[in-house]
Amino acid sequence: MGDFIPDLSTVVALTDGTLRGATPLLLACLAGLYSERSGVFDIGLEGKILIAAFAGATVGILTGSALIAVLAAIAASTLFALIHGVACITFRGNQIVSGVAINFLALGLAAVAGNAIFSMGGRTPQLPASARLNGGDSWFTPMLEGMGRYGQAVEDIAFDQSIFVYIAFAAVPFTWWVLYRTRFGMRLRAVGENPAAVDTAGISVTGLRYRAVICAGVLCGLSGATLSMALNSGYINNMGAGRGFIALAALIFAKWRPVQAMFACLLFAFLNASESRLQGTEVLGFEIPVQLVQAMPYLLVVILLAGFIGQARAPKAGGVPYVKER
Amino acid sequence: MTAPAIQLQGISKSFGSVHANRDIDLTVEKGTIHGIIGENGAGKSTLMSILYGFYQADRGTIAVDGTQVTIRDSDAAIGLGIGMVHQHFMLVEPFTVLENVMLGAEGGALLNKGRAEARQELQRLEKEYELNVDPDAIVGDLPVGLQQRVEILKALYRGAEILILDEPTGVLTPDEADHLFRILGQLRAQGKTVLLITHKLREIMAITDDVSVMRQGQMVATRHTADTSVEELAELMVGRRVLLQVDKGAATPGKVKLEVRNLEVVDDIGVRRVKDASFQVRAGEIVGIAGVSGNGQSELLEAIAGIGPIASGEVELFDISGEPTGWRPRHGLGHVPEDRHRMGLVTKFTARENTILGYQRDAEFGSGMFLDRKAVLEASKAQMERFDVRPPDPSLKAANFSGGNQQKIVLAREIEQDPDVLLIGQPTRGVDVGAIESIHRRLIELRDAGKAILLVSVELDEIRALSDRILVMFAGEIMGEVGPEASEREIGLLMSGVRAEDAA
Repeated sequence: MGDFIPDLSTVVALTDGTLRGATPLLLACLAGLYSERSGVFDIGLEGKILIAAFAGATVGILTGSALIAVLAAIAASTLFALIHGVACITFRGNQIVSGVAINFLALGLAAVAGNAIFSMGGRTPQLPASARLNGGDSWFTPMLEGMGRYGQAVEDIAFDQSIFVYIAFAAVPFTWWVLYRTRFGMRLRAVGENPAAVDTAGISVTGLRYRAVICAGVLCGLSGATLSMALNSGYINNMGAGRGFIALAALIFAKWRPVQAMFACLLFAFLNASESRLQGTEVLGFEIPVQLVQAMPYLLVVILLAGFIGQARAPKAGGVPYVKER
Repeated sequence: MTAPAIQLQGISKSFGSVHANRDIDLTVEKGTIHGIIGENGAGKSTLMSILYGFYQADRGTIAVDGTQVTIRDSDAAIGLGIGMVHQHFMLVEPFTVLENVMLGAEGGALLNKGRAEARQELQRLEKEYELNVDPDAIVGDLPVGLQQRVEILKALYRGAEILILDEPTGVLTPDEADHLFRILGQLRAQGKTVLLITHKLREIMAITDDVSVMRQGQMVATRHTADTSVEELAELMVGRRVLLQVDKGAATPGKVKLEVRNLEVVDDIGVRRVKDASFQVRAGEIVGIAGVSGNGQSELLEAIAGIGPIASGEVELFDISGEPTGWRPRHGLGHVPEDRHRMGLVTKFTARENTILGYQRDAEFGSGMFLDRKAVLEASKAQMERFDVRPPDPSLKAANFSGGNQQKIVLAREIEQDPDVLLIGQPTRGVDVGAIESIHRRLIELRDAGKAILLVSVELDEIRALSDRILVMFAGEIMGEVGPEASEREIGLLMSGVRAEDAA
């Protein structure tokens, strides 16, 4: 039983891992929130993450500048978001089909372009140190390090993170504020529920939805940059590893609300972080299969949605292109 | 003399080959209530949508307060002081009343300041026009009558001087409709101009100053309401004399054909939709169920038809000799569902395929796995001829028929099976006056041929014209039974939940 009472280093490692793992999820989840609250379903989060990760890594290697690399990641993701927008908003295409297409396009394009540029079978070389954003010493470091092992723990968890962690967690209250305290947010929520009401109120449905889709593009760009510039150092084929879909699951789990989205992402990241610790652990004489732990986020969504958190009501007009009634 | 509030000249609009509006002139004086009446599909809604910037006219000019304008979108219309209350409310259901009113007129990028101002303005409007609604109530929780008030408030909040109401009373009880008319009167007294679109002649006579009649996309006449009559307007609408009364002799009820005992229906979320309903329907009579839409009539009808679940109670059918034959879902009953698009037809199927929906296993239409396509075609042709479906083309998709003809297809299918008991929901919803007449005549013929008919309709006039007995439902309960000669007031009270003994 002693194994189950974690020591300080385990707590630090788990918390740190959870925060780091939650960051790309949370950014993608909030991206989905903007898009889906406006009534545009976004199954292409994964694709946008991939293309952003690839663009960030490539530009980082070529320029050596972290800032330019992040901007490139955002630009690439936003471009893909706009493709989705043109297909779904302007041409009223099927949002699911468009999202799936975005995913395939990004996966293939990153591999082909990566191979053409670096000839390494789709992956990129290591990022130079100048283009990495994986945290480091802060102003508080000397002080905290002087405070023994607990100070060191605080330093590791709170101040030794990449800038993306802070951006992601700051984006949560910011998104809440935008949604519920600004004109844009109110219109965004309205257009996802009843676009005709927005239209008759003299507001452009198309304009609103494009802005929402662009918000999603920017956030997915940051999510992808987190993967290739902070959690890893360079692009690896299909490095999104389904995070875009887990983010969607978290979004449903959170019923499309920002604060709940944060907790959902933290929960999923925690499960992921404890994966390696649970591996090989025996419960009642059975070894917990690692596949079960990996499947946990999905199982949780299914089980919890089925009974515990009640019905998750999607934005009513979600998935439906807006056509003026004849 | 002040310039008219609205002056339309030569407005035309086509959708493909359909002329929705043809060369329309209309003058609406300031400070009046102007009715626009016409059958479904006469082009009223299109015309108003042009005025509100939803569509652009192909030709013609619009002048507001004497100044010629172009109305490119709803924003422009709002800017000109035009407000619209749509037939299907344009409300965001999870939002509060206040948020709905503010939407599009938030008064700044942040909501806080605008919210306080909107609250104040809302209070002022509520006082001035008798439009009481709780600003913090969630709109989706409000009854339709109040939702409509929110729509009116929305328009007034944006400074509307001209208010267009599209079929505003379709969803209201007679009482709520009266309240609405009082509000409209108040608006007129304040110098606002109201355009009231409706197909109900009674409303036109009750409230308007002037009335314009549309028929097949054209404006056929404009009259001072005081100088015209219901008969004249009806004739103008249809283009020929219409019988507003259904000609029928006295019923000769025979044996009981359908009996419902203590029927209860509970919906998915546990709400009792039908409470302890018991009644009988005899051969040769029409029993009408009146009530404001949403008071359990639909659930009752569907339960008897075997589509909806029955929580408790019994439904029994009887054969010719009066012996009970029990009840099996969808057996021995003809059912014309309330919503022909959702239940009565597969609109993407051809008329021919719709002819056999639900009866596709009958020996008449084939054997085993295969359909006898020729038999189906013959049956469809014959039905279309007998029920005067136009165009009589069995290969046309159901969606391409007009509402009245779609309804005839459904009626024909159910009646041709020759059931003893017919359940009929909203037989003339969205059907034009000409077709209403023929459907009504057909139902009376069926009654006289000894069928037992249970009729559900939200059109009180229809219930009164057709029924031999009327049951009134409110909140899932049968409030009472009255004869067809009962006054509208009497039925209206029952519809709003007041029993005869309470009202005395």
